Amino acid sequence: MSTFIRSAIQRREATVVAVTLGVVIYFGIASSAFFTTANIVTIAQYIASITIIGAGEVLILVLAEIDLSAGQVYLTSPWFMYLLWRAGLPLGWAIALSLFFCIIIGLINGVVTVWLNVPSLIVTLGMTYALFGLVLVESNAIQVNTPGATGLFGWAFGIGSWSTILWALGILIIGWIILKRTRFGLHITATGGNLIGAAEAGVPVRRIKVYCFMLISLAAGFIGILDAIRIQSMNPGNSGLDIVLPGIVAAVVGGTALTGGRGTIVGTAIGAIFLGVLEDGFNLIGVSANWFYLAEGVVILIAMVANTQLTSLAARLRR
Amino acid sequence: MSAPNPTAERDVILKTVGITKRFGAVVALRGIDMELHRGEVLGLVGDNGAGKSTFVKILTGYHPPDSGKIYLEGKEVAFNSVSDARRRGIETVYQDLALIPQLTVAQNLFLNRELTSLGKIGWLSNRKMRRLAREYLQGIKVNVPDIDAEAESLSGGQRQAIAVARATRQNAKILLLDEPLAAMGARESALIVDLVKDLAQNRGMSMIVIDHNYAHLFELCDRVNIIQQGRVAYDRSVNDTSLEDLTELMISEYRRQLLEGQSQLDK
Repeated sequence: MSTFIRSAIQRREATVVAVTLGVVIYFGIASSAFFTTANIVTIAQYIASITIIGAGEVLILVLAEIDLSAGQVYLTSPWFMYLLWRAGLPLGWAIALSLFFCIIIGLINGVVTVWLNVPSLIVTLGMTYALFGLVLVESNAIQVNTPGATGLFGWAFGIGSWSTILWALGILIIGWIILKRTRFGLHITATGGNLIGAAEAGVPVRRIKVYCFMLISLAAGFIGILDAIRIQSMNPGNSGLDIVLPGIVAAVVGGTALTGGRGTIVGTAIGAIFLGVLEDGFNLIGVSANWFYLAEGVVILIAMVANTQLTSLAARLRR
Repeated sequence: MSAPNPTAERDVILKTVGITKRFGAVVALRGIDMELHRGEVLGLVGDNGAGKSTFVKILTGYHPPDSGKIYLEGKEVAFNSVSDARRRGIETVYQDLALIPQLTVAQNLFLNRELTSLGKIGWLSNRKMRRLAREYLQGIKVNVPDIDAEAESLSGGQRQAIAVARATRQNAKILLLDEPLAAMGARESALIVDLVKDLAQNRGMSMIVIDHNYAHLFELCDRVNIIQQGRVAYDRSVNDTSLEDLTELMISEYRRQLLEGQSQLDK
């Protein structure tokens, strides 16, 4: 086998890149509308939130934890902003304060997980329901229009067709730098890879976990505000699980292990592109709504099987 | 280089006098007197429950002793915590648990002592760490295929060697090794034996090795202490004893305990 193919297979992101290229080519041929600017913007806007939540999940998954509440935080933070703004705060302050609340939510998730030894799956599921209920109570389950969709402010915070995407790209790069280039990121990998070993080396494993829960909540809350401003309305009936699960799928399809210790931010972004292209492509070629989820589920499963098979092939090649 | 002579009067780096420890009704240690010389490898043996792991945990700062004294380089010390003992130069290498499988050799060597720039951001100085890691491993003659190889891809012996290297890279004076040759083949064992001997003889590192396997102790150590019922029952240079002697001692102790238990039951 040539060295190029060998080293390509050994890269963790290789499979998802191949699979994504496959679906892009397929939909490009199947629909003339696929490679238009308008469609690419649509895909990019759809994947921005998945990418950011997925990137946050990478940090959490590398720690061998999971955060199911990130999607609900994404939906709740614009409600915080709305309520604070309605109470008379300037919009900038309302945004800052609601992001602060998001950080507190992450802090609670982290502290309960780490110090009270409750599995993060349960803690964050509980948080999801609690936040969902909080919004329903506060809103009386009535949909509202998002404030702040005017002028340069609105343009920069979501209305501009590329603004969400650029924010997402920025957050993605920061996430990548944190994980790959900083001491903090190294300690995340160490904590998830061998909790006892890392603790014995003096890594503050608990604090690291709590910080990561705070980071994902902050990122999810921020991108939630951007999307709410872009969409211009907020529906209290939306479920955060519908937001967070594609993020987790993007991370895992992209090559992040559910068992901890391994994660790739770049792979997650590509995984999100894969999901976005799939959703968009099925719409373009007119797969009926009834078939849509079946098709999506089957394709995700096939991609995942290909992924695990290629990963074990790569491991064999390394020996 | 001449082999170290454990019977000669050399400077004592670590000394304990009358260390006792009890957990509720159970008396774990009844007064341990031990001496470790500079550059010496001391083996600690004892049956399960004899007290050797309690004693080691006291030396690493994990437990405080109930009474007794610890002297480090002639000065009396008390360790408040594991990190306190570590700061004073006592490092422990646990069985194969120490390394992070997904991190590289260099990253493992520098774990939690990373070289960084940009202050609080903690930007990793990877190139410098890799260079220093390579130099250090060459210095102590540890060969790994690649400084960027993940620990997962190394053999058990190589992983153990990296763990020892990490513990000794900084200010360690005394190294505690818990079953360093466990589950290793002959070639792997030879790697660790060579490393331990080199650290002791050429770098003056003092080591305490805890092991159940007497053959390993004879390979690694200069002197052996047997702990029985919370005391040092036997203190001998490996040159003055044999595998048969040690085995015989342990078996007779086992018989004695069996008889004692039997007579208590009879009462």
